[in-house]
Amino acid sequence: MTGDEMGDAKGISKSPTGIEGFDELTMGGLPTGRPSLVCGSAGCGKTLFASTFLLNGAREFDEPGVFVTFEERPVDIVNNVASLGLEMDQLIEEGKILIEHIAVDPAELAEIGDYDLEGLFLRLEFAIDQIGAKRVVLDTIESLFSAFTNPAILRAEIRRLFDWLKDRGMTTVITAERGDGSLTRQGLEEYVSDCVLLLDHRVHNQISTRRLRIVKYRGTAHGTNEYPFLIDEEGFSVLPVSSLGLNHKVYDERISSGVADLDAMLSGGGFYRSGSVLISGVAGSGKSSLAANFSHAACASGGRALYFSFEESAAQTVRNMRSIGLDLQQWIDKGSFRHIAARPTFYSLEMHLAVMLREVVRFRPTLVVLDPISAFIGNSDQLEVQSMLLRMVDFLKSKGITAIFTHLMHSQEGAMETDVGMSSLMDAWILLLNRESNGEYNRELYLLKARGTSHSNQVREFVMGSNGISLIPPYLGGGQALTGSARRAQEAQDRRAELQRHVEMQRQTDRIEKRREKARAEIAALQADLEADEIELSRIRVDEETYVAQAESDLAAMEQSRRM
Amino acid sequence: MQDQPTAASPDPLKLVLYIAGQTPKSVAAIENLERICANMPGRYVVEVIDLKKTPQLAREHNIVAIPTLVRQLPIPIRKIIGDLSDREKVLVHLKVGE
Repeated sequence: MTGDEMGDAKGISKSPTGIEGFDELTMGGLPTGRPSLVCGSAGCGKTLFASTFLLNGAREFDEPGVFVTFEERPVDIVNNVASLGLEMDQLIEEGKILIEHIAVDPAELAEIGDYDLEGLFLRLEFAIDQIGAKRVVLDTIESLFSAFTNPAILRAEIRRLFDWLKDRGMTTVITAERGDGSLTRQGLEEYVSDCVLLLDHRVHNQISTRRLRIVKYRGTAHGTNEYPFLIDEEGFSVLPVSSLGLNHKVYDERISSGVADLDAMLSGGGFYRSGSVLISGVAGSGKSSLAANFSHAACASGGRALYFSFEESAAQTVRNMRSIGLDLQQWIDKGSFRHIAARPTFYSLEMHLAVMLREVVRFRPTLVVLDPISAFIGNSDQLEVQSMLLRMVDFLKSKGITAIFTHLMHSQEGAMETDVGMSSLMDAWILLLNRESNGEYNRELYLLKARGTSHSNQVREFVMGSNGISLIPPYLGGGQALTGSARRAQEAQDRRAELQRHVEMQRQTDRIEKRREKARAEIAALQADLEADEIELSRIRVDEETYVAQAESDLAAMEQSRRM
Repeated sequence: MQDQPTAASPDPLKLVLYIAGQTPKSVAAIENLERICANMPGRYVVEVIDLKKTPQLAREHNIVAIPTLVRQLPIPIRKIIGDLSDREKVLVHLKVGE
């Protein structure tokens, strides 16, 4: 055992299991050519893990496998995995999988003298050679302990079997039942030194969560956390969610909120891509509508949006958004919008996170909406919700995905204090208020924060109409900010005053104009007088000249007559 | 394979001994069985199968431990594992000499 480990300096090679998430977690899968122990209590998914490992090996990695079952009959195993969408019978027909059923009934056995399990070895060897197997599953070898009474022989034989499998280069999965205070009932973990996995199934507040932990993995830096895993109609998937840091890529790209007025409130015209936006508000303040607008904008700009709703079904969301002029159905049809609805109580918090992350990985969206995150708070404590959100935010950031979270506030007073824990996770925070004044409620939007962007500090009136959402600057002036009908009344009043002022000015203009006309007329009359005087004057002058000339000629004539 | 038929009673005893090569335990089992059979009354047939040579029989006959002695007849089938070092016990389990 120690001999070949000495020469193993170049690092161990790994065989992928094809189990979603698990291969990423272990950086490649299970150690090639070595036994791995999968332990856990009854019903935690050991056999399924082992079957999936074998099936994927045969189907995807061209590594045929032998399934040695000590408990269930081969037909049961085929049926069990068939219910999870895995077709084992076909692979058996193709000679890629062989089920070796080793049934030992203690009732018909008597032990007299020394023996060993060479028969098991021979059968295994025969099966391995028959299909050229590279993988082996032993499920559950510990049941031999109930069949044979001499544990000393069994232990020696099991140890020999593991070594033999290792010598044959078989990548082996050994399943074992969890014991009291130890990983396995018979202490098999002592014989498997390379890789030990622990599957767990816990119920908390009547919600069960399956978890996987890598207890030991020689030669691999593995996370020591518990990772939730899922068994559903698509088989076994592990969801690594914890090993995330703050070293994600940063984007300068902006994304639209789908509300032009809101984008305009931010210098640069929108929110940063891969940022996290919190939309908080009281009931009916338009959180979901705004979130749907974000989704719509993402789809319209060629992206993909994934909408997790914890309150509404897909059809309901589509119908409701149609009332504000959003056609989400077109994006669903095109495959760029996906709506996943699940009640918060459906899974545990951890599992919700895990399922969401898996869907994100599968759908590869550019924008993710969680509507609303406050739905979880009823079932779990604040700290847990916060840690889940932290992981969600980190995960989405690492993938460059914009995250929209809505949060239902119970009261508007003190809203900022209660959500302060969440605020630190968020890059932008849109506060939606619903305020009563003059006998009506008016929605208001305030951009509480937007990291790295200068933004308007104004409270805008948030109006949802059949053509979408618009933001209206409130009435400012006179020392007050008015919204709703108060704003409209004030504006109407202003309009009336304006009209009056305009009329008054018009009247004055007219009066002055008339006066000027009158003056101009007077000027014209005087001008006429002046001209008449001038004519008169010139006429007088002419008369004078005529008179003088006449006088002179008269005088000359007089002088002439005197001389005579 | 060795057969040791003895014609006597109408109810023959059919025994099969599974071994794997000439290991000490297999050799001991053959020797012990021969010794037991030598003093056994009645008709019996003994077959020895070496699974090293015919491993498919291990699957077909569902053999795990080596050596295994199977009483195929009369039914029900009885199995004894081990090197058969305790003669009395073997006889009790084979239900012969009752």
